[in-house]
Amino acid sequence: MSTMTSAPTTTRVDPGTTVLEVSGLNVDIRTPAGTVRAVSEVGFTASAGQTLALLGESGCGKSMTAKAVAGQLDAVAHVEGGAVMLNGEDLTRISARRRRAISGVDLGIVFQDALTALNPVYTVGTQLGEAFRIHRGLSARAARVEAIELMRRVGIPEPESRVDAYPHQFSGGMRQRILIAMAVALGPSLLIADEPTTALDVTVQAQIMELLRRLRAEENMAVVLITHDLAVVAEEADTVCVMYAGTVVEQGPVDRVFATPTHPYTKGLLDSVPTGSERGGDLNSIPGSPPELKDIPPGCVYQDRCPLARALCRAQRPDLRETTPGQFAACHFSEELLAAHAPAVTPTDTTATEARS
Amino acid sequence: MTATLTHDAPAPAGGAALEVQNLTKTFQVQRSASGNDRLTALDGVSLTIGRGETLGLVGESGCGKSTLARTLMLLEIPDSGSVTFEGRDPFSLRGKDLMSWRRRVQMVFQDPFASLNARMTAGEIISEPWATHRGLYRTSRERDARLRELLQLVGLRPSDMKKSPQEFSGGQRQRIGIARALALNPDLIILDEPVSALDLSVQAQVLNLLNELQQKLGVSYLFISHDLSVVRHVTDRVAVMYLGRIIETGTTEDVFDRPLHPYTAALMSASPKLDPAARPEERIVLRGELPSPLDPPSGCRFRTRCWKAQDICAAERPAARTGAEAGRTTTALPTPGVRRTAPEGMQDVAHQAECHFPMVEPVREGGAGTPAATVG
Repeated sequence: MSTMTSAPTTTRVDPGTTVLEVSGLNVDIRTPAGTVRAVSEVGFTASAGQTLALLGESGCGKSMTAKAVAGQLDAVAHVEGGAVMLNGEDLTRISARRRRAISGVDLGIVFQDALTALNPVYTVGTQLGEAFRIHRGLSARAARVEAIELMRRVGIPEPESRVDAYPHQFSGGMRQRILIAMAVALGPSLLIADEPTTALDVTVQAQIMELLRRLRAEENMAVVLITHDLAVVAEEADTVCVMYAGTVVEQGPVDRVFATPTHPYTKGLLDSVPTGSERGGDLNSIPGSPPELKDIPPGCVYQDRCPLARALCRAQRPDLRETTPGQFAACHFSEELLAAHAPAVTPTDTTATEARS
Repeated sequence: MTATLTHDAPAPAGGAALEVQNLTKTFQVQRSASGNDRLTALDGVSLTIGRGETLGLVGESGCGKSTLARTLMLLEIPDSGSVTFEGRDPFSLRGKDLMSWRRRVQMVFQDPFASLNARMTAGEIISEPWATHRGLYRTSRERDARLRELLQLVGLRPSDMKKSPQEFSGGQRQRIGIARALALNPDLIILDEPVSALDLSVQAQVLNLLNELQQKLGVSYLFISHDLSVVRHVTDRVAVMYLGRIIETGTTEDVFDRPLHPYTAALMSASPKLDPAARPEERIVLRGELPSPLDPPSGCRFRTRCWKAQDICAAERPAARTGAEAGRTTTALPTPGVRRTAPEGMQDVAHQAECHFPMVEPVREGGAGTPAATVG
């Protein structure tokens, strides 16, 4: 374990220090039908020792945002404006050479599908040791020692004998541990985890989340967690960005956003989760489905499904604005939601209450 | 409801629509390191599904949920044990009787993208079962009317019948899959992870539809899912599966709020909760993963991951015990008007689990899955 914490190239940061600051990020995709904007004016901050969640349904742009940050966009997609500041350096403006130098060192990534993310023809030891050989110049033998130590650290039993096994010889949960080990090998200040537990069973998911929490604390990493699971966000994240149709519609501290959502989409999502013990009662579903990227309407992106939508929403896209201290929402009518959350009446005299009831 | 939707079978005397007794299914596989070449997917599974009831089936991948579903669809022939559907054993049926059985048990699949033929229109997909079951709607006029009715029933427009699956969203595709299952007026629909491929906002729409259909048609559901919050919402009773065995059954309240088996308690405890008040004070995080069904542990199959395991757990397979036998004093009271009680005449509705050292009762009412001290 000591071999890891003595990682020399990483600058130690205090908890709460801003590690990643994304602002005004746009990502365009070229399609046969023309260019569409997949990510539009996305901005957020991730701090050391904390978890920021990018929450949204499929196609909302959360993974695209993460790929843009990591510099791993597909060939058809490109960043079209905005800044991605990692420890003060704008990743949208650096050379490919510099990008390679910081990938894995300052920024680690864990992908959803652990089987396809690992190379089937190399042993896990070779793949885990690669970072040490390339970035630290270690010999194959020394890298293998580091790989065993890493495997022990992420809770893989009998690492000495397992280090020479191939990815297919591991279970899904163990493969995910290996991916996490690769991502944190060089002690990055930022870890991006893209749906790290979606493919896993619930008891294994709990193990992986526990591991991520422990590593985050040990390394004081900033974690960007990409997920569609509200309960995972509620349990794991400090702050949340709710994304819809390529934009951030609400962001703020998780506790506050989930207790008093100020965007109708966030509220709709929270209401769709079956929570009560009652059987069969109708769930509050959001009507319709998210718009196609090529058909995003002018004005508010959520207007077609929103119970509050009116003429202003069709005419003008709402900007993110502060709705409660530290909480931001892109909605013209957040106040109506806030009013609904507030205690129904705060009467000054009891006779008024009695008269009402 | 129209006349065409009426179930033509007389209701059985008891409340059980489907009874599964001691079902065992093994598969021949490549010899494992320990020299075993038979994989036991189902190891003595028994369960009952009542008329109009929803039974939830939960468990981790590889526990045998899908093999059970496939066996109930008669896609697998069990090694031993019996399936009884309204007093008849489907595996002994031939010809017309078999066809009629197949009509009455239908399935909705997990992936609405893979389970619909992209070269057919929605109308063709939904009406295809009638090409096999020719007696059901004899004239094209009847079939056309029924098709329109089914589309409306699942919340699609009659004009949608001409569209191909690619023109629909995931939620709409799942509606097509449900309409196809309903086309033969089944008595039981096996729902294999019906909403897990759907986005949350759309998932709620489909769950509401399934609930509405059950109320209208009185159809029974076997609801297979790994999402415990969904299972809690839609089921009357729950069966928990582990390595080919059902290790706990009971009403949904009993199993979720007062689990008997440590594995059930761990499952409930491990699933993330949106509501901070619903989170256990101390989360049970199991060690290890599901053992290979090729080399299942001796005795209790859960003992390798169980924090309560003792010598007897390796030596002896635990028998099913009811909550009362395990020292429970309370049982769940069905919430009036919300969750239906299990139909009369069903034998295994009692809350029971296979464990030598079942969980003690949670102290707090409704407090789910707090690790409890070992009981003797």
